[in-house]
Amino acid sequence: MPNDALGPDFRGLDALELQASSPKPLGRRLARAVWPKLLAIGIVLAVWEAVVLAKIWPDYLLPGPAVVLSELAAGFADGTLPLAIAVTMRRAIIGYLLAAIIGILVGLAVSRSRLLRDAVGSLITGLQTMPSIAWFPLAILLFQLSETAILFVVVLGAAPAIANGVISGIDTVPPLLLRAGRVLGARGIAAYRYVIVPAALPTFVAGLKQGWAFAWRSLMAGELLVIVAGQPSIGVRLQLARDLLDAPQLIATMIVILVIGIFVDAVVFSTLERSIRARRGLIDS
Amino acid sequence: MTSRPLAEVQASPADASAGLPLAIELAGVTKVYGRGPEAVVALDALDLAIADGSFVSIVGASGCGKSTLLSLIAGLDQPTAGRVKVWGGHPALIFQEAALFPWLTAAENIELPLKLRGVPRAQRRERVADLLERVHLTGFAGMRPHELSGGMRQRVAIARALAQDVQTLLMDEPFGALDAITRDLLHEEVEALWTETRMTILFVTHNVREAVRLSQRVVLLSSRPGHVVGDFPIRIEGERRIEAPEVSELAIVIGRQLGAEVRRHGVV
Repeated sequence: MPNDALGPDFRGLDALELQASSPKPLGRRLARAVWPKLLAIGIVLAVWEAVVLAKIWPDYLLPGPAVVLSELAAGFADGTLPLAIAVTMRRAIIGYLLAAIIGILVGLAVSRSRLLRDAVGSLITGLQTMPSIAWFPLAILLFQLSETAILFVVVLGAAPAIANGVISGIDTVPPLLLRAGRVLGARGIAAYRYVIVPAALPTFVAGLKQGWAFAWRSLMAGELLVIVAGQPSIGVRLQLARDLLDAPQLIATMIVILVIGIFVDAVVFSTLERSIRARRGLIDS
Repeated sequence: MTSRPLAEVQASPADASAGLPLAIELAGVTKVYGRGPEAVVALDALDLAIADGSFVSIVGASGCGKSTLLSLIAGLDQPTAGRVKVWGGHPALIFQEAALFPWLTAAENIELPLKLRGVPRAQRRERVADLLERVHLTGFAGMRPHELSGGMRQRVAIARALAQDVQTLLMDEPFGALDAITRDLLHEEVEALWTETRMTILFVTHNVREAVRLSQRVVLLSSRPGHVVGDFPIRIEGERRIEAPEVSELAIVIGRQLGAEVRRHGVV
């Protein structure tokens, strides 16, 4: 059935147009990605040690890296730190999932309805600029010193960013792809499933990532303010360390907060984002 | 505004397709964008009949409403007045940019219209393999649009349109962005496709030579507002190359009239 006479012409042209690109070996790529980060960590530790050695603050207020790292190791060894991380991460996951569900539903509703967009579109962006800590007095009045109060603020912190990701993702679907989809017969639900949702995915994932950053900040603020009895969270550890003037413990806990935040952002979301963009040719893979 | 100085050369559209079963018929089609003083008349009382199985090109300068015309025929837009009739269901449409879905591979792009019609998986796979072979892209099934060249993308778009299994194919300046070598090859490909399938092909272009080289009939549209000002049957026997003297001769005649149309807009 195909016109075989043209085959050799097309094959030749195709071969000329596609220049072969061989990806660098994985080991080399990994090494290239890792060493600048190791260098940065080294510089931070060196500066920290230098400040400690300068004796600006006494040792018991600003301990050096060695003391803090051994405190960190001790926290893991006696099992109290993993327990705190477990409590905090459970809250983070529940709060974030709730925020994602609410954000997606609100985003879909706003993107579909002109009226809703005019009514609450700018409000959603406005909510994002509201410091989440300002919600806590109300949250405590409504839900007392409970986990619900914390989750309430986490959801309020993260959902607007996620909703905005959905809205701008759908708004920026190229009209040409929508037209192409309609010509191919993708209408109604099928248009969402096969065209709109996949086209909006990169922006949506950017919103999810931003939502995580808001959720994590809100959660830490919440755990410092709302201490729930019998729930030894990371926030409780931080607060307790300050009350007991336990500087090594305090800084060790801060490192845990930083590392978890970076891990989720860089390893989970950035990897997802990169793989989605690379697949579409938006960045070099 | 609606004076037609070139009306004397306007052949009746019905003549070109007299007595033949039709694939597309437009009667008194007017399309106005906007309202009031800012309204733009893209198409003005346009009559056009396309015979079933024919290869017709529409030629015109910018602003002649070529793309509007295709949108109306494809059912993407509704006319302000008049009637658009298409036999055999929604036609397939190929755009200037291939408009492939960047998150799908070449094979998945071709598969999508089959999926949307509910074709079972095993049949889909077979059909996609056939279509990839049809456009000489066997071996590129797993590549994504950004990894392919412009010409290869346009071939995937052709295969995707064929997967719609419709009788009518609309092409909106499909090769306008391609280099000459690739374009010549794709002309041969489209010609072969038409010879084999006898689909109705409506091909929009601003390249008169391309129109003459490919089609059986060239329709010339005026600009702002668009209406038919010329209708030329193309009867060239034997092999048609874009460099062929017969092609050039006709292209010069049509091009002259197109030039007159363009100059008309320079007169204040």
